[in-house]
Amino acid sequence: MARGISPTRKIGMTVLAWAVGFLIFFPILWTVLTSFKTELDAIAIPPKFLVFDWTTENYAAIQEQRNYFSFLMNSIYLSLGSTALGLLIAIPAAWAMAFSPTKRTKDVLLWMLSTKMMPAVGALVPITILFRNFGLLDSRIGLIVILCLINLPIIVWMLYTYFKEIPGEILEAARMDGASLVKEITQVLTPMALPGIASTILLNVILAWNEAFWTLLLTTTNAAPLSAFIASFSSPQGNFYAKLSAASTLAIAPILIIGWFSQKQLVRGLTFGAVK
Amino acid sequence: MATLHTKSAARAMMAPAVIALFVWMIVPLALTLWFSTLRYSFYGIDTPFVGFENYTYFLTDPRFLSAFQNTLILVLGVLFVTVVGGTLIALLLDQAFFGQSAVRLLVLAPFFVMPTVAALVWKNMMMNPVYGVISQVLAALGLPPVDWLNNYPLLSIIIIVAWQWLPFATLILLTSLQSLSEDQKEAAEMDGAGPLSIFFYITLPHMKRAITVVILIQTIFILSIYAEIFVTTGGGTSSSNLTFFIATLIQLDGDVGTASAGGIVAVILANIVSIFLVRLVGKNLEA
Repeated sequence: MARGISPTRKIGMTVLAWAVGFLIFFPILWTVLTSFKTELDAIAIPPKFLVFDWTTENYAAIQEQRNYFSFLMNSIYLSLGSTALGLLIAIPAAWAMAFSPTKRTKDVLLWMLSTKMMPAVGALVPITILFRNFGLLDSRIGLIVILCLINLPIIVWMLYTYFKEIPGEILEAARMDGASLVKEITQVLTPMALPGIASTILLNVILAWNEAFWTLLLTTTNAAPLSAFIASFSSPQGNFYAKLSAASTLAIAPILIIGWFSQKQLVRGLTFGAVK
Repeated sequence: MATLHTKSAARAMMAPAVIALFVWMIVPLALTLWFSTLRYSFYGIDTPFVGFENYTYFLTDPRFLSAFQNTLILVLGVLFVTVVGGTLIALLLDQAFFGQSAVRLLVLAPFFVMPTVAALVWKNMMMNPVYGVISQVLAALGLPPVDWLNNYPLLSIIIIVAWQWLPFATLILLTSLQSLSEDQKEAAEMDGAGPLSIFFYITLPHMKRAITVVILIQTIFILSIYAEIFVTTGGGTSSSNLTFFIATLIQLDGDVGTASAGGIVAVILANIVSIFLVRLVGKNLEA
């Protein structure tokens, strides 16, 4: 696009692109704005855009009333726990497939991807019953295992595509120097693989944080994360838009920021390396 | 470079992931299959073998047919909006304009919003017939308000889910668009091709693979939509998809047998869809 572009065209495109961006972003912007309104201003007709009495009372109310903190902690436990467990299982597997590939490696990878095709509802009944019988309903550990398993194919794939890019000659050189398998992994491979592992962590935290099938169906209070906390606002109980907005803003802010930082890696991870 | 020693080491390193996923795939499926042949309820005592009774019961339930239709409409509706909209927005973002990276962030944002938040924000603050922004805008234009979720529940859910997935489609398609070489377009321009023929003969074929990926991945996720229905309409025949209907069978009715039969039906349908999809688009992915 380095060729001569008329300034008028560029300005026109700027207006159009910003308009589209604003329109798509508007529901989020509106939520953040509403979170700073009083409940009365939140339902004012006509709506108040920027001129209203800015207040942080909703944030205070959320943190006090509805044990928001325990939901937040559960979201953190679940997303970090499932990510850590997933990495523990996936890093060795992805390493082996990237550096000691066999004829069947591609089949194994495709098979792993195919487990993602299985609809969650096909496993819902037995998981519910197993969880009931083993007292795992509404437990963090049970949910961590489930969240780890549903995202494991994505973690393996993503790590695999990153590991593939590390030149094999470096490993061979390390082996010539007599490095053991453990040393090879910890001292040669890991430093080179860290960026890829970091992106994988980010993507998996995003996916686990926003998961809303298993978390809604397998928890009630003890292990319920923020997605379940927000869902509890769905039953109408008077005017609650401002508080819903404050809770929503708190729930999405950390992930939005992480997501904005890792947008490029996101493409790779979610397309299993098919689009870079 | 692979010696016997490293080969067995590689196998050992792959084992935990392979075993975990194998167990995750096989055990629930086998149990679902088994339960689907039993008259099994949370509130019953015995669990006698009943053969295909649960399947007959599930498939002849009028709620099954509506859930099946809703699932199809939901998936196709969201795919249509996101692929067409995503292509147009990707083409726009690929142009030269001021503040490219800022606009990218704005467009990308909805993807990071958790499903329950997205659905409740749209339900209350956008689509509410009285206080919702859409109704206010309509009123300002002199048009009557619309009670979105009561009158058009499925369309409303399509809008919400499409809003969540539009950024994903846009981002993937934009990434693909940016890998298209300028030379090709320039050569076509020299030969006198207009923007439309450049789009249909050069840009679109180049994006085929990315569009394929978008369709495949979105289909997997949209088949399992649950939270958006749970917090907006709470189900019902006009907006439940198969996932939601089957979840209701076990959560509300405690009917393990029928829910299991439904689970197996859902797995079979998903497999048909994926075989169909993979065959339809298989050539694209190979390249």
